[in-house]
Amino acid sequence: MRTENTGIKISPEDLLQNKQFTTTLTDRKRVVLVGNPNVGKSLVFNHLSGLYADVSNFPGTTVAISRGTYGNYDILDTPGIYGVSSFNDEERVARDVIVEADIILNVVNSLHLERDLFLTKQLIEMGKKVSIILNFSDEVKRKKIKIDSKRLSALFGVEVIETSAVTGTGFDLLNEAITKARPGFVSGEITGRLNQHIVNNHGRGVALLVAEGDEEVSAKFGYEPGTADDRETIYIERRNTVNEIISEVEYEDTSKGRFFNRLGSYSLNPVTGVPILAFMLVVLYYLIGDVVAQQVVGFTEDVVGKKYFEFYTKKTVSEFTAVDITVSNLDADGKPVTSNSYAFKDGLRYNQPQKLAFEQAASSKDSDVSFDFKNPVVRLFFGEFGVFSMTITYLLFLLLPLVIAFYFVMAVLEDSGYLPRLATMMDRSLSRIGLNGRAIIPILLGFGCVTMATITTRILGTEREKTIATAILQFVIPCSAQLAVIAVLAGTAGPAATLVYGSVIVAMMITVSTVLHKALPGQSSPLLIDLPMMRIPRIENILKKTWHRTIGFMKEASVWFFIGALGVGLMEITGLLQVFTGLLEPVTVNWLKLPAEASVAFVMGTVRRDFGGAGLYDLALSPMQVAVSLIVITLFVPCIASFMVMLKERGWKEGFAIWLSAWVIAFLVGGLTAMVVI
Amino acid sequence: MEKRTLDNARKGKYITILALPQGLMKVQLIRLGISEGDKIFCLERLPGGTVVIQKNRQEIALGHELARQILISEEL
Repeated sequence: MRTENTGIKISPEDLLQNKQFTTTLTDRKRVVLVGNPNVGKSLVFNHLSGLYADVSNFPGTTVAISRGTYGNYDILDTPGIYGVSSFNDEERVARDVIVEADIILNVVNSLHLERDLFLTKQLIEMGKKVSIILNFSDEVKRKKIKIDSKRLSALFGVEVIETSAVTGTGFDLLNEAITKARPGFVSGEITGRLNQHIVNNHGRGVALLVAEGDEEVSAKFGYEPGTADDRETIYIERRNTVNEIISEVEYEDTSKGRFFNRLGSYSLNPVTGVPILAFMLVVLYYLIGDVVAQQVVGFTEDVVGKKYFEFYTKKTVSEFTAVDITVSNLDADGKPVTSNSYAFKDGLRYNQPQKLAFEQAASSKDSDVSFDFKNPVVRLFFGEFGVFSMTITYLLFLLLPLVIAFYFVMAVLEDSGYLPRLATMMDRSLSRIGLNGRAIIPILLGFGCVTMATITTRILGTEREKTIATAILQFVIPCSAQLAVIAVLAGTAGPAATLVYGSVIVAMMITVSTVLHKALPGQSSPLLIDLPMMRIPRIENILKKTWHRTIGFMKEASVWFFIGALGVGLMEITGLLQVFTGLLEPVTVNWLKLPAEASVAFVMGTVRRDFGGAGLYDLALSPMQVAVSLIVITLFVPCIASFMVMLKERGWKEGFAIWLSAWVIAFLVGGLTAMVVI
Repeated sequence: MEKRTLDNARKGKYITILALPQGLMKVQLIRLGISEGDKIFCLERLPGGTVVIQKNRQEIALGHELARQILISEEL
């Protein structure tokens, strides 16, 4: 029955902007998979269409609709939701697909009937053709719970099948579930609440959402939404009906109804939870900070990126254009010992003898080659900050491995069920600064890549929380590229300087977030999160999820890295960059008490955060001067790409406000620290 | 039976929900299966007031701000 996949992924933005993607489908019937988070919906989808959909264990991270085909049907997967409404992006996306659906396969976690059947009842009240897929049926048996699916079918008036998505049991019944899908029973009370005019013109689905006071749907169709009281009444009635149904169909054999999820409880208990968290962080630090950021990136960036990719690209370009090439031989510490310059007035190909000499010098193992292109346009694209040299190395050989590593780890944390528990553990600390536990996700990601994390602030509940989280990320969280440089510099500067640096940064993190929390109007949303069972993640899901998100991030962010590089390149060839550096010099020398050259490092830090730190390597700084420079480059403006993404996510006004304050705060705090310690 | 708010619930006790806060939080809680009159179990109370409750097999974490607005009675 499996047919070809269309492989189309529709982003939530497309759906939210009301691009009528559903109507672009053919007149084939649309089967929509709907369910709560963690019900195994994606495995059903995979089985039907052969196409992977992101499976999420953390409520609120899957926002994409996957589409595939099964026989004569189009299959659409929706994000996990607890009900059809407009509380967040996932719900809005799912809502619009559900309203347009011909057939709904409602996947239900049999272990969580109370939570899941609320959505089922709502779908049936929407008048849709529905079939219920009772998933996790094998776990239900293992836990000695009995669910009378025949009775359930009779009470709801729709087809019910039992499956186990993990083992594939019952999947042979899915075809029947689709063909036998039918509208279920709806009480006269509910029907009485619906505006018959809306039912006739737009269907029961829209009518129900209007009656429930869904403002977006009401506005779209031009009706007055029901009141908050109406919604509450409908919800309470629905909840009561669902509870009655459950009491008729579910029997638990064990006298003790409490299922003890041991690891889950340990990770929440303060006594055991903190050591578990510490252990996790150590493993994470080793895996990402050491293995990936040092060893893997050391190889991909320095060898693959610089020695091969950039060298051969630049060399090929040099064939055709004027260039000065400098080849330095390095000693074991990476310090240049000898260096030779080769000037090519018209490009390599017009001076074969010198080309040979240069190639021979460059072929030695410890050589470092730099190309100084004479043509400014060539420099723009292939020079030090070139769009096709630095940016590609940065994206593919530095960022890509890190982003993969971070998304991999997040996927493991998510699918194991630990992430929501971590969010719960961190809730109190984060609520002090106007965030809730959920914000731990972008903050953790920030230590990988601030750009990636800034995009992820979308999962937060209110604009206020997004602003606070973005500001914290942009001000105080050093990304992994920068962390590596900071670690090296702090290591050479000794414990006293490291302590000064660390305490100033932590103090700033608390100050910035507290000030924003106090100053920003409005309230932050409290944590309300469903904790899924802890389980061993499935490796194929982890890999596919990592892959999807990495691709998604690279697609979204790459363009900003290119634009940023182009901007900086233009500033360099027009001399603006030098003007900037000149302006910063007096501040650097007199206020920060650092050598004039440090200002170059700061300006470079606006391009790539690690450039800022790397520029400090060669300066003879006292330990306290190192501390001051590290404070400045950490608090300082983020890299150009994350600045661009911030403008896109937070708007021009807020983005610039954060960016400019970063300049002021970095120099202010750096200078004050210098006054005390230098 | 003692009346209090959920943020003061004691770990390991069964509690009864007396009143939920009005508005969007209430409908979200109802959807998750928590309604007024329900008997639930306090699985964990973290320092600072984040509470984890359990109803049947369902575990839900609520931030302090939300828990503070939920009126409960606790069995002694």
